[in-house]
Amino acid sequence: MAPRRVIIRNHSAEANLFARRTFIAFASVLVLLLILFSNVYSLQVESFEKYQTRSNSNRIKLLPVAPNRGRIYDRNGVILADNKPVYSLAVIPEQTNHLKASITQISKLLNITKNKQEKFFKSVKRKRRFKQIELYPRLSEQQVALFAVNQHKFPGIFVDARLKRYYPFGKLTTHNLGYVARINRKDADKLELAGKSENYAATHGIGKLGLEKYYENILHGSIGHQEVEINNQGRIIRTLDFAPPTPGTDLTLTLDIELQMIAKRALSGKRGAVVAMDPRTGGILAMYSNPSYDGNLFVHGISNKNYNKLRNSKDSPFINRSVRGYPPASTVKPFLALTGLEERAITPDTKVWDPGWYQLEGLPNKYRDWKKWGHGWVDLNKAIEQSCNIYFFDLAFKLGITKINTMMERFGFGDYTGIDIHEESRAIMPSVSWKRARYNQPWYTGETLSVGIGQSFWTVTPLQLTQALTTLVNHGERKVPHFLKAIKEISTVGEEKNQSSFKEIIYEEKAPLVLKQQKNWNLVLNAMHRTVQVVGATAYTPFKGSKYDAAGKTGSAQVARIKQDEKYDAKTTQENKRDNAMFIAFAPYHNPEIVVAVAIENVAKGGGGTNAGPVARQIMDQYFGNRVITSNLDNPIPHTKVAAQHQHNLSSPSNAIENVEAE
Amino acid sequence: MRSTGQDQQQVRTVWQKLHIDLPLLLGILSLMALGLFIVYSASGQNMGMIYRHLRSIGVALVVMLVVAQIPPLSYRKWAVPVFVIGILMLVAVLLFGHVGKGAQRWLDLGIMKFQPSEVMKLVVPIMIAWFISQHNLPVKISTVILAFILVLIPTLLIAKQPDLGTSLLIASSGVFVIFLAGASWKLIGICAGLASAFAPILWMFLMEDYQRQRVMTFLNPEQDPLGSGYHIIQSKIAIGSGGLEGKGYLHGTQSQLEFLPERHTDFIFSVFSEEFGLIGVAVLLSVYLFIVMRGLWIAVNAQHAFTKLLGGSLTLTFFVYVFVNIGMVSGLLPVVGVPLPLVSYGGTSMVTLLAGFGMLMAISTHRRFHV
Repeated sequence: MAPRRVIIRNHSAEANLFARRTFIAFASVLVLLLILFSNVYSLQVESFEKYQTRSNSNRIKLLPVAPNRGRIYDRNGVILADNKPVYSLAVIPEQTNHLKASITQISKLLNITKNKQEKFFKSVKRKRRFKQIELYPRLSEQQVALFAVNQHKFPGIFVDARLKRYYPFGKLTTHNLGYVARINRKDADKLELAGKSENYAATHGIGKLGLEKYYENILHGSIGHQEVEINNQGRIIRTLDFAPPTPGTDLTLTLDIELQMIAKRALSGKRGAVVAMDPRTGGILAMYSNPSYDGNLFVHGISNKNYNKLRNSKDSPFINRSVRGYPPASTVKPFLALTGLEERAITPDTKVWDPGWYQLEGLPNKYRDWKKWGHGWVDLNKAIEQSCNIYFFDLAFKLGITKINTMMERFGFGDYTGIDIHEESRAIMPSVSWKRARYNQPWYTGETLSVGIGQSFWTVTPLQLTQALTTLVNHGERKVPHFLKAIKEISTVGEEKNQSSFKEIIYEEKAPLVLKQQKNWNLVLNAMHRTVQVVGATAYTPFKGSKYDAAGKTGSAQVARIKQDEKYDAKTTQENKRDNAMFIAFAPYHNPEIVVAVAIENVAKGGGGTNAGPVARQIMDQYFGNRVITSNLDNPIPHTKVAAQHQHNLSSPSNAIENVEAE
Repeated sequence: MRSTGQDQQQVRTVWQKLHIDLPLLLGILSLMALGLFIVYSASGQNMGMIYRHLRSIGVALVVMLVVAQIPPLSYRKWAVPVFVIGILMLVAVLLFGHVGKGAQRWLDLGIMKFQPSEVMKLVVPIMIAWFISQHNLPVKISTVILAFILVLIPTLLIAKQPDLGTSLLIASSGVFVIFLAGASWKLIGICAGLASAFAPILWMFLMEDYQRQRVMTFLNPEQDPLGSGYHIIQSKIAIGSGGLEGKGYLHGTQSQLEFLPERHTDFIFSVFSEEFGLIGVAVLLSVYLFIVMRGLWIAVNAQHAFTKLLGGSLTLTFFVYVFVNIGMVSGLLPVVGVPLPLVSYGGTSMVTLLAGFGMLMAISTHRRFHV
């Protein structure tokens, strides 16, 4: 201690100095407190909204909720594309008592492979413990039941249901409906480009083919959102708000699934396609391509093995034959005849002598008729009834390729029909400029002759044939072929609020095909009628005994090139080089309700009449049921000149497509 | 000014007999009560934490009561030896210290772990106050320089641990004594100049990488919003989104959903201002202001230079705690782990603080008995 020092100090001066300094310190404290306060003020008052927003974006997450895809029905309300729950086994690791033991036990119970278990444990390591992880993708109903009984033993393991697309008719509808499959990189990029990514945030599948692809926009619906509060780990604490998704629109098709089944049965064991259309609307009643494949395989992701099996199959089930090009052969003769009448190259009474072959003046090549000894004198009716090639060689020669091409394009050949699936082919309607562009070669007259019997470069799709036939039976009115009949609408106003009803789609017609002489329509249609109704005509046999007054035309297309003087024999020709059988038909003759086109590849024996005709017959039998529509053509009329010939027996269907120098 | 024993008997109340300064106690208790509530909210309603916090409060209050019984002038006898022991312990920490949270702060004494830097928070002001009160006021330059050196030794030793927050508090406790002792303004100016000249050297040679990083983060937290900037950004979001009235007790989303780090310790102010808003902040700051005013009043009214200097320094250091903590969580200062005094969870700092308040109370209640 130093008491003496204390005594000599000036206490009051020291106290004053200290008080002054303390005051300064206190003033500084006040200033600093003010700084703190004004800073907090600026955060909490001036920047309040900014920080509130940031705080909310921290804690509030919008979880996308996928809309249910619109269902697809046939014209009678039979469901063709449905959404079915698929059950998977999911685990939330943090909720299990002992993860490893639980997984081992459940795997034993449900027969889960080691492979799947390992995959599961790998994703456990990657994901947070409160997130759901899939252990088994598709549980069978037995497995679901087995698990339900034992669920109490497995806390944290549960069955998760998710809606997946299901096509109850499988193969029967795949070429029309297409299918929905997992959104891949390419799809995602496309969605991104179209600005639709957000709407697909929760969606797993997208329409890949057929109607599912064409109507993706309306089938998909709009995304909904679940607003949840999350913590810093991303764990959901509670739901704040829920904006439900708008489900996709249900579609009703013009398709009749029963007719479709008949088509499938009629084509079984064959490669080919059949299209049936209502000529009054353009609505597709049936469209089936055989062989087909099951679109359901793609919904869950097809295995490589299955995919390769389908892809490498020589029957190419992936091809939709209804919309791929075939040589039309004789089925286009009525259209060519119409062209001839319209261009005044022929009259109904024009007669052509058919000795069994046709030869251009000054050229050595002989163009043969399918009937070796010829048909004798042939007029329009007989030419179509008997499918006489010589008549049409002569007609084609008179018309020339350009006139043919112009008229055929007006029927829609060589162009898209505009049907509501994307897979259709334009096929080929050849012309001088087309050949120049494609082969850089001039057009040869010999090719015109081949075009005259629906061969050469000319190809048409069965769908194009139905479209052209529709135009023919409608006397030039042209319809857009389509599947979509109606869409489901949910009314938002009035007494019927939230009630749904199907609203028919109205299709605009295409520009009509107007003839200079209207009577020409009936001349050709009459000839087609006779082709079915006259005994011995080429299409008589397949419709023998039918009660609904059909009309039609056969066709046999040569697939392989046959050399001059070579004889075609189906038995000795390679299967894939055999002729194709074609057939078109409509009924009833007056006010037609259905047009049908059939194409069958590489038939073993016979032509369009024997192979494709019965397919059209079965479709129409199903369509008309017990309805009786009597023919006003004396039915059946015996054909005077070819009474004995009741068979369209194909021996050698014409036409070598050797390039004949014409110029 | 001296009173007779009889006069004292008449004036002394129960509180004075217990050597308790009632206004100061009320201020402290209200902050502690507030702390309990906020820790409850910040810990996600963890009662276990509340019990531990209550125990710390109890221990701290007992420490305060015990310290308050010791006549303050008697500290002077112990100032030098305790200071020397303290320095030796700091050296020991650097040599054999226990590493926790990336820094060496703890000394393992076998029975208990001990943090010498905490003790130095009290020992340094005592030492400097004693040293300066040896001489007449205002202090001379030579005294100031010597005092500075005395402050610098523990400051650097603690900064080396590294514990920037504590070394800052210890440095300021010493500087406050020198300031209050009347160091001339010229001298203060020179020191301030030297300090700013020293800053680049500090940056280049003395600061650790992580400390430099903290300063960079402070200058631009958005540069690394999920890394080093995360704490301060989330803290500002918590404070700012509280608004005028706050989100309500237990309803602060930043804290309840754990976006805010160190919620019950360093960032407890953010929890508080998120839930109670600007109004709550105004009340909280008022309570701190009240405690500072009371502490300074006690210092001014102390009758010895030593007690005046010590009381003033302890009070101002307490304020530095408040300022640094709130400043750092609201983005005014870089993050240097300093808790919000009397509110944050954590026993050690609570005990040290209340020991300091015990000294203030001793200064307030023992003044009539000093020699």
